[in-house]
Amino acid sequence: MSKPKLVLIGNGMAGVKTLEELLQLTPDKYNITVFGSEPHGNYNRILLSPLLAGEKAIDDIMINDLQWYRDNNITLHTSKTVVDINRANRLVIANDGTQAPYDKLILATGSNPIILDLPGKDLEGIISFRDISDVDTMIATAKTHRKAVVIGGGLLGLEAANGLMIQGMDVTVVHRSNTLMSQQLDQTAADLMQSELEAKGFKFLMNHNTVAYLGKQRVEKIRFTDGSEIEADLVIIAAGIRPNIALAESAGIHCERGIIVDDTLQTYTPNIYAVGECVQHRKNLFGLVAPVFEQATVCANHLAEIGIQRYINNATFTKLKVTGIDLFSAGDYRGDADGDTESESILLSDPAKGHYKKLVVKDNQLTGVVLYGDTLDGNWYFSLIMDKTDIQPLRDNLLFGQHHFSEDAEA
Amino acid sequence: MSQQTVKTTCPYCGVGCGVLAMPKPDGSVQIKGDKDHPANFGRLCSKGSALGDTVGLDHRLLHPYIGDQQVDWDTALNTVSDKLRHIINTYGPDSVAFYVSGQLLTEDYYVANKLMKGFIGSANIDTNSRLCMSSAVAGYKRAFGSDSVPCSYEDLEQADLIVIEGSNAAWCHPVTYQRIAKAKQDRPKMKIIVIDPRQTATCDIADLHLPIKPGADSILFNGLLAYLAKQDTLDGDFIEQHTSGFDDALSAAKSSAGEIEQVATDCELSLEDVRQFFNAFTQTERVITFYSQGVNQSSSGTDKSNSIINCHLATGRIGRVGMGPFSITGQPNAMGGREVGGLSNQLAAHMEIENPAHHDRVSRFWQTDNLATKPGLTAVKLFQDAAAGKVKAIWVMATNPAVSLPDGHQVKQALEQCELVIVSDCEAQTDTSIHADIRLPALAWGEKEGSVTNSERRISLQRSFLPPPQDAKADWWIICEVAKRMGYATHFDYPDVNAIFQEHAQLSGFENNGSRDFDISAYANINKADYARLTPTQWPVTKSQPEGTVRLFENKSFFTPDKKARFIAITPRSPIQAVSTDYPLILNTGRVRDQWHTMTRTARASRLNSHIPEPIVQIHPDDATQYQLEAGALARVSSDLGAILARVAITDSQRQGSIFVPIHWNQQVASSASVGQLIAPEVDPVSGQPEFKHAPVAIAPYQAAWHGFMITHVEISPDSAYWVKIRGNDCWRYELADAAPLDDATDWAKQQLLGIAGDWLYFHDTTTQRHRFALIENDVIQAVLFIGATPDLPTRDWLSQLFQQDSLTDNDRRNLLAGSLGQDQPDTGPIICACFGVGEYTIQDAISCGDAKTVSDLGQQLKAGTNCGSCIPELQKLLG
Repeated sequence: MSKPKLVLIGNGMAGVKTLEELLQLTPDKYNITVFGSEPHGNYNRILLSPLLAGEKAIDDIMINDLQWYRDNNITLHTSKTVVDINRANRLVIANDGTQAPYDKLILATGSNPIILDLPGKDLEGIISFRDISDVDTMIATAKTHRKAVVIGGGLLGLEAANGLMIQGMDVTVVHRSNTLMSQQLDQTAADLMQSELEAKGFKFLMNHNTVAYLGKQRVEKIRFTDGSEIEADLVIIAAGIRPNIALAESAGIHCERGIIVDDTLQTYTPNIYAVGECVQHRKNLFGLVAPVFEQATVCANHLAEIGIQRYINNATFTKLKVTGIDLFSAGDYRGDADGDTESESILLSDPAKGHYKKLVVKDNQLTGVVLYGDTLDGNWYFSLIMDKTDIQPLRDNLLFGQHHFSEDAEA
Repeated sequence: MSQQTVKTTCPYCGVGCGVLAMPKPDGSVQIKGDKDHPANFGRLCSKGSALGDTVGLDHRLLHPYIGDQQVDWDTALNTVSDKLRHIINTYGPDSVAFYVSGQLLTEDYYVANKLMKGFIGSANIDTNSRLCMSSAVAGYKRAFGSDSVPCSYEDLEQADLIVIEGSNAAWCHPVTYQRIAKAKQDRPKMKIIVIDPRQTATCDIADLHLPIKPGADSILFNGLLAYLAKQDTLDGDFIEQHTSGFDDALSAAKSSAGEIEQVATDCELSLEDVRQFFNAFTQTERVITFYSQGVNQSSSGTDKSNSIINCHLATGRIGRVGMGPFSITGQPNAMGGREVGGLSNQLAAHMEIENPAHHDRVSRFWQTDNLATKPGLTAVKLFQDAAAGKVKAIWVMATNPAVSLPDGHQVKQALEQCELVIVSDCEAQTDTSIHADIRLPALAWGEKEGSVTNSERRISLQRSFLPPPQDAKADWWIICEVAKRMGYATHFDYPDVNAIFQEHAQLSGFENNGSRDFDISAYANINKADYARLTPTQWPVTKSQPEGTVRLFENKSFFTPDKKARFIAITPRSPIQAVSTDYPLILNTGRVRDQWHTMTRTARASRLNSHIPEPIVQIHPDDATQYQLEAGALARVSSDLGAILARVAITDSQRQGSIFVPIHWNQQVASSASVGQLIAPEVDPVSGQPEFKHAPVAIAPYQAAWHGFMITHVEISPDSAYWVKIRGNDCWRYELADAAPLDDATDWAKQQLLGIAGDWLYFHDTTTQRHRFALIENDVIQAVLFIGATPDLPTRDWLSQLFQQDSLTDNDRRNLLAGSLGQDQPDTGPIICACFGVGEYTIQDAISCGDAKTVSDLGQQLKAGTNCGSCIPELQKLLG
């Protein structure tokens, strides 16, 4: 008897993690087919930064090589992009005409970098930082060119800047606000980090908005709203991402900013699931690995027809992978600074040492944390957030770390 | 300075312990008890042991000053003598006064008394001993015709019952207390009965504690006298042959305290306890009644003394081994002061101003025709008259009346009012010297040399082992130089301290022939070398008793005209000020274990500042509840004269309705803790001693908006309503509080620590009003400041220790604003999973105990590798 057919569109971390979880639960339930636009197996996209920085090799960042697909009887179509979903016939069609029928379909199309429609955006030397080929381009450019500009002072932009500096380039980070990593840091922590990065050789242009890329064939300069310009041989655009929903929309699957999924990761269309950065769950979009992996787990659970898990959007946390920068951010790190009068902040700072800690407390529960310079207790705080621990009895010494409490204090 | 060991005497309480001081090349001084000294046989208390920590020159007065102007000695001395002379010429001799101290050496005291009474011609010299034991002096004089302490410390060891009354000897005379404790240990049949409203540390060795109603002592001892009579245990022969006035005394006792039940009721004691005490006294021959300020500091202190002495006379228990009424003095040289006549109603060498024969004798001896003819002002009256403008000039020597006298506010007013205030002191600034027109730098302990007499009449030398610092001079030298400039050169031309001692000894024997108790004529011609070698000896020291005298009155002969001891009929009186609705509590005052007087010396030793670092108010738990006081919070204690702030200590060792506040804290070390401010200047009519142990007060919680503490390397002046300054090792600690909220804690912190360089660390939990700051310069801690809404702040111990470190470790710095290091953090090894901070050793532990076999096991157990996954290859490697 033939097994039901499962097709995965997107060979990235979210989709393949779903398969891994599924295979653990039920190794033989489906005939599985995977489409991926890239020529590789499944790799750890988070480790592109260490790859660029030369701290890891390609092999180190591979999660599942091609052999893994063979071992698990998975049909893998690399370098093929699905362009159409024929819902009536339960069929997906790739750009090269490859077709695959499905009984169940997983959309894991990820996200695209936000690239504003500015003059010169198609000049040579303007790229994003999303995949191995971007890294290859950067490493190659670094050998021939000197000036790199990173647009966007978020997590990804800073990691790209760091890698390019290690590759020998002169790097300027252009950021539209005054706060680096504003999704993770408050102003104090961001300022500390900026000074520390400057000391490492980073250059910053804060409060700068790009209006045009200048150059003949290759990018040569960037112009800002105030009319000023800087030279650029390479531009990395890391100014945010947007769920990649084009395919889903074209197939008539309900989308808003992302593909709408319920708590079981099902779209509004029967038999079609979605996981990862392409989805929108209860108004939230995703860009970090932890929630995506949790989605994968829940999705696999339902595909295995166990059907008891629900996805809950938990707090997430971030660490910056720039050597020498210790940073930990989790939960609602902004707290009262964001006009939320119910939240309270507990602050500790040692500016000379470059240390800063902030806890955000609401209703006697820890809801957010920013640690800069001293991140030893990040994990503990994260578990206090996740466990919704009543921190009232811990409050006096909470900010000074777990070692100020007896071992069972967190229980 | 040679580095040999110098035998000297402790400058604190009246025990008078021998001290071995060994100055070290690095300037420090090693201190040991002198095994050969009969007061202590090598033992020292906490204060004595820390003497080496108190000899530093910081905060010392080292030059003469007129106003704020530093001057040379000649200028200072000429100014003092000219001004005194001018005031005397204008207003008469009684317009000037000396207020001196039981911490002066006998020779200093002698010349001060000689100048005032003998040559200025006024008896306006009084001493802080007035506050301490003048009731005991008066009691002895009324009973014996002389100020004679009959007993010796060795009697304490031979007694079978020691009644300790109104004395926390465990803290105030610790070495003598330890001696009693040891004797009791060696001879368990010895009984100790403590009579004290408070259950003090002294009660630790007591067989019975009578928590007597404050001020009821005379009732108890009158009751005892009546009981002794009823039990027929009187020594009729002794009463008959060697005393007078018994019938009146007994009849007064019977009428006031004839029935034991009534005594128990009036003293608020259990009948059983009173009976036990009376029976013990009745049945034990060898009884010493050992008493101190609890008896003396009372408006009926002299009567209380005599009520005790009456019981000893009635049983003939005096002048015999292990018996007698034994007043223990509070100061190192209270006794020496009494010997030279330092109280304004004495003349000199235990002679009386108003006795014509004595007056004539001393006039001849001093070769003066200007000897004072009437008693001078006693301490409280002296300052009252100064406030009233009658006394125009006061010379304060070695004491701090702005703190130690009652009604401190009026004392300060008097000092402000006075035309000329001269202060001789070793401290640069005291609550008294801030009012001085002229400040004269005196030598301190360790620098000065001269004799002192302890509570058992034992004369010992304080010897110098440190060079005189800068311009500081011996008090006797200062006084004599002023005397010379006032025109008395021939009478004050002493080459050295020995010459003064000689004259003092000569006067004691002058036309004495056994008529006066104080006789040290054996030293009349003592030469310099013998004086320097003087061994501790109990007076009288005469030709017939060259080795001194252990016990007085062994011959049952007293110093009254008829040689009989006198009973005094005592009618018990209540303390003058009674509690009221407004002031419902009785304030009792006294010393704490590790501080001395106004702390000018003891507070220099950081180790003495940890036992009780702040002014406290001790209160019974039920009173604390009634007045809504919480332990560790602050309370405002007030009378109609003033108010102080103190930290609440709740203890059932305190009687209900009665609170206790230590006497030590003053404006140099605390914002508002001088307890003397609360106490009305009520005095004993005979002795003039103030009633320090019974002031009606009110107590209420101090509604602090915030509490805090600050520790700094350098001294600062905190700006808060409540502050206490505590010296630590290489740091100063400030305990802080204020009723006014801090608008901006960071602003306030920066103002307090203005001028201290360093990097700031901040902690803010604004919701709970907790703010903490630190200043670090080049890894060296400079200051910490902790603020909170409640007094429960972290302990200061670890933070204080950091100020002794050359540099802070990263871990110190990380935990600094927590105020503690927390627990030892286990070494988790090199971090493998950076996302979740999981170390190699933690992972290895999980693997080796068999629970984790795969990467995903590790992920489940430790979260390792479950975020970015970057460490999964290393996890694989560890799994093997």
